[in-house]
Amino acid sequence: MFGKKRVAIVGAGVTLFRRNLKETGKELAYHAAKIALEQAGMELRDIQSVVMGTAPDAFDGVHMKGEYLADGAGAYHKPYTRVFVGGGTGVFAPLAGWWHVASGQFDTCLVVCEEKMSSCYPHPQYAFTTIFDPILERPIGMNLIWIFALEMNRYMHKHNIKKEDIALVSVKNKRNALDNPMAQLAANITVEDVLNSEIMAWPVQRLDVSPTSDGAAAAVLVSEDVAKEVTDNPVWIDGVGWCIDSTHWTDRDLYYPDYVEYAARMAYKMAGIKNPPKEIDVAEPYDPFDYKELHHMEGLLLCKKGEAPKLTREGVTQRDGDLPTCPSGGLLGCGNPIAAAGMMKVCEIFWQLRGEAGKRQVPGDLRTGVAQAWGDLMQYGSVIVLRR
Amino acid sequence: MSAKIKHFPGEEIETKDFREGKVLFESFHPKAKYAWSAGIAISRFLEELKNGRIIAATCSKCKRIMVPPRIYCEKCFKPTDGWTYVKDTGVINTFSVSFIAADASRLKEPIVVAIINLDGASEGMGIVHRIGEYGDWREIKIGMRVKAVWKPPEERTGAITDIKYFKPIKE
Repeated sequence: MFGKKRVAIVGAGVTLFRRNLKETGKELAYHAAKIALEQAGMELRDIQSVVMGTAPDAFDGVHMKGEYLADGAGAYHKPYTRVFVGGGTGVFAPLAGWWHVASGQFDTCLVVCEEKMSSCYPHPQYAFTTIFDPILERPIGMNLIWIFALEMNRYMHKHNIKKEDIALVSVKNKRNALDNPMAQLAANITVEDVLNSEIMAWPVQRLDVSPTSDGAAAAVLVSEDVAKEVTDNPVWIDGVGWCIDSTHWTDRDLYYPDYVEYAARMAYKMAGIKNPPKEIDVAEPYDPFDYKELHHMEGLLLCKKGEAPKLTREGVTQRDGDLPTCPSGGLLGCGNPIAAAGMMKVCEIFWQLRGEAGKRQVPGDLRTGVAQAWGDLMQYGSVIVLRR
Repeated sequence: MSAKIKHFPGEEIETKDFREGKVLFESFHPKAKYAWSAGIAISRFLEELKNGRIIAATCSKCKRIMVPPRIYCEKCFKPTDGWTYVKDTGVINTFSVSFIAADASRLKEPIVVAIINLDGASEGMGIVHRIGEYGDWREIKIGMRVKAVWKPPEERTGAITDIKYFKPIKE
């Protein structure tokens, strides 16, 4: 066993994801935390520690927003930690929750992820201009969409992938989101809609991209002893992995996310997974852009390099396929409140494994699921393996 | 959302609700200013740009010729121990044609940006810069050869923008 104690998720909650929500970040954190506690049949007094995942302070214009959000996350008079690894935060936060409990230090940990991007005017994308190197990159006029476009173009070039095949991911995820009542951009669209949408930064077009969003998501993590007391249906955190690549991103070949592979290998080793495509029943790879789902399926070793578009084309990744990906609707369909979006993926795997996903339920006897997020300057991977 | 959860909190509002004063809000425009030291390695790099040359750092252990240069090799975790010039020509590793500005506003004329693997540097190592004099953007290809177009010496300030852009070349 890894760690001193086995750790289970026993409750999860999410708010609506929308472009603008009237609630503040604290209020959103409160709602998600409250639902997670209710679903676990627990109260705040049962919680011994709190982890908050939330992305750049610049979105909110509130520095040290971990502290700002603390009360909403239920952290009052408790050990509290805010974690932040860019877009990877939403899956990294439950990993941090895992070590709180696995270490034996706490029996319970409430993990809350929040993002409120709408406060940043005229567009939250502008906050991202300050992530680049101030001497060599910002004078070029960098913007965030460029780096995705550079990566997407390299990936397409290396494997000779057509945009039509990549667009299928957007079509699938937005359609999956039609069954998700919290989703922001659920839609029935076609490959042609994607290919005819506005060019933002070639090869990235409007419908290749997830939106900016407000929202929150949360889960209750407990030790095995507590899990047995509160539920007959725990979902175990059996694998955790995280890894960062070099910040010298112009020196790396962006066609493949090595760091996601390293994070996945760490998590799979812990979970005893030797053949990921056979042993994983459902996956939530991080999909802020449609090509990213494919890129991450490959990094997660769910298929060979360059093979993800073929699996998508053949329907393998549909909800009723052999390897369903993003049954929630993903970030493309549900929205992308950064940290909350990654955490929503962990919540979705939790509900899928418990058979509680309603209209989105993947058929069959689901045993093992994986969720993953990605962030920083195309360099950070966080991976969690959940088991029933 | 779990099938067991009946209500999803969140009250949606429109961006125009702010403009039209339908919601209460406060606004703030930060005025933070910064002056960054370019550092040991990049200061040397910028000085050489002013001379019209691109300099790389070398590591005697892994033998890499690294650009942008650095004072430590992040793989060997030891000091880099040499300097060498690389060429101002190279290959487009990947590129993007952007129709949006940094604040997501729309551009009439696109900005073309690329990662350029520089000749003389270790394989795959390069810098990000703009592409110019390309004609039709649809003709830009990965693998295309490019060369730096420099500002005239008297206009150079020791900045990455001393290179105006890279332009496609035929050899």
